[in-house]
Amino acid sequence: MTETEVREKLRQFILADLIKDPKYALTDDEGVVSGGLIDSFALAEIGVFAEQEFNVYIPDPDLTVAKMNTLNLMTARIMRDIK
Amino acid sequence: MPVLTLETRAKWRTLLDSQTLLMPDERPAIIYLETEKAPITITRSQFVGEVIRCAAALQAVGIRARDLVIIAHIQNLESIYAFWGALWLGAVPSMFPTLTEKLDPDLYMDSMAELTRNSEAKAVLTTDAFAPELAKRCPCPVYGSSDWLPGCGDQTENTNMMLRRPKPDEIAFLQHSSGTTGLQKGVALSHQAVLNQLASYASALKLSEQDVIVSWLPLYHDMGLIAGFIQPIVQGIPLVLMSPFDWVQHPALLLRAIHEYRATLCWLPNFAYNHLARRVRSRDSEGLDLSSIRAFINCSEPVRNSSHQLFLERFAANGVNASQLGVSYAMAENTFAVTQTMVGESANIDMIDLDALQRDLKAAPAVANTPHVAAQVSCGKPIANTAIKIIDDQGGVLPERSVGEVLVKSDCMLTGYYRRPDLQAFDADGWYRTGDRGYIAGGEIYIVGRSKDLIITAGKNVYPQDIEAAAYEVEGIHQGRAVVFGIPDEREGTELIAIVAEVDETDEEARKTIYQTLRQQVARATEVTVSYVSLVGRGWLIKTSSGKTARGANREKWLAERAEGLL
Repeated sequence: MTETEVREKLRQFILADLIKDPKYALTDDEGVVSGGLIDSFALAEIGVFAEQEFNVYIPDPDLTVAKMNTLNLMTARIMRDIK
Repeated sequence: MPVLTLETRAKWRTLLDSQTLLMPDERPAIIYLETEKAPITITRSQFVGEVIRCAAALQAVGIRARDLVIIAHIQNLESIYAFWGALWLGAVPSMFPTLTEKLDPDLYMDSMAELTRNSEAKAVLTTDAFAPELAKRCPCPVYGSSDWLPGCGDQTENTNMMLRRPKPDEIAFLQHSSGTTGLQKGVALSHQAVLNQLASYASALKLSEQDVIVSWLPLYHDMGLIAGFIQPIVQGIPLVLMSPFDWVQHPALLLRAIHEYRATLCWLPNFAYNHLARRVRSRDSEGLDLSSIRAFINCSEPVRNSSHQLFLERFAANGVNASQLGVSYAMAENTFAVTQTMVGESANIDMIDLDALQRDLKAAPAVANTPHVAAQVSCGKPIANTAIKIIDDQGGVLPERSVGEVLVKSDCMLTGYYRRPDLQAFDADGWYRTGDRGYIAGGEIYIVGRSKDLIITAGKNVYPQDIEAAAYEVEGIHQGRAVVFGIPDEREGTELIAIVAEVDETDEEARKTIYQTLRQQVARATEVTVSYVSLVGRGWLIKTSSGKTARGANREKWLAERAEGLL
């Protein structure tokens, strides 16, 4: 899977399931937690999604606001371990 | 001394008779867990040593008996020692939420300043980072960790001089009850009220020295403060504690703690059952044994049968079964628990006719052909020395299965609202009006809703007015042109927050800015995340004849338009 595919899948997931607003124009470097778009509960949900969708297990210490705040950060973390 | 129960109650005078303080041996008092860090085990003797060190430090900065000390710290061991250090001096500690990255520092500090002014607090204990700025606004001294704690040396020899044994009816500490911003009330609890609660509750829980309590709950909330903090220290039962911030991001932490420390009791708000079931990855729960738990106790937001079922299914392989699923109905004004289901038995489910409930305010048992059925989960029977009654709008007592407001009377109620003589907590006969609506069936209480506008989202009480006020701060949203309501969400097991705001702006980019600012502003002001944001045109909102926003009608309109795909 390419980086662009990963990013778009994440974007769709965040818009549909977390922000509940598919029309929202989420940018790649927008802070989703710090911007009040999703709360920190959703980080655990992103962990579940990464495993189901990309078969990438992100360990707890990496599921933090600082490390998962933007689409770019999430994508990079998943690309690191994707097979 | 055995644990504090109804039978042993007479031997206890104040919270300073806590088992952990009286028998400072090498048994674990608190095990503190953090992601990526080694567990910290605090023995009883270490705990008492730290409490005395804090008491000495507080005394050194001038804290005396009956002084109010506000602890607005991150959830950590220091705040825990400080709380008990204040009690040791006979002072009155109160836990308050700390400033987080999400909150607006200005708003937070203003509300802290107001709180300290209104309550005449004598000191605020906080982190080094917040202390200087907070100090500029509060009328009382504000201490960061390094301002008051270090350098007090070993004060153990002064222990007995410092130890002040209050009278049982003196105020022990304050809990914060919900209320819209600026109207938060300090629930003042006496030593005897807290001990009465713990004695009655221990009997209901069949508590013993073999129990181990595990908690991720915040200490500024009654469930975390009483069930997950005061109770284990007083009863001499080990507490396995973690921070709520850590837990929400890493829910498996709680399950690992249960497995590792063979925990037996765990209090959770309803959303936590969904959060654990849906967001713990299978490899994180594999091989964990949760069968040591005597009861997971669902408390502090409406209990959903579907959340219990989801949890049961997800963790059956880990040894979870229905007999572990208990429920309690609790409130800060009653110290904590009002009722508790039988520990070791699954909470009763009452299948009722939803139409009869809405039409006649009756909880009629559903029969075979009832079209709309609701599964109400029992909160159990009142704990000892606690009475409940259900009243109608005229104050008349209702029979079983009639829905009305829940009133509570007990020997563990608040003394009053701290420094708020204007607020009357009880009626002339000593009953406390809860604002919750429910019914009694078979002597057990079922909660079906509430009289006030409150939204409970993820265990947190939120007033829609506070969120609307935050919305009006956003440029492009005018006063009186936004409405907030709760939307029950099956998947999350809690209420989600929706906001509808009328916006005149038509430019796409400008609307996006309003949308983003709105979400951010609400999070910064109230620390809750809005799940649904709808920007609508002028004239969308339904107003009452007096010009007020009709919350219920707007909610219905929003639900209808959303179902049609219009929003």
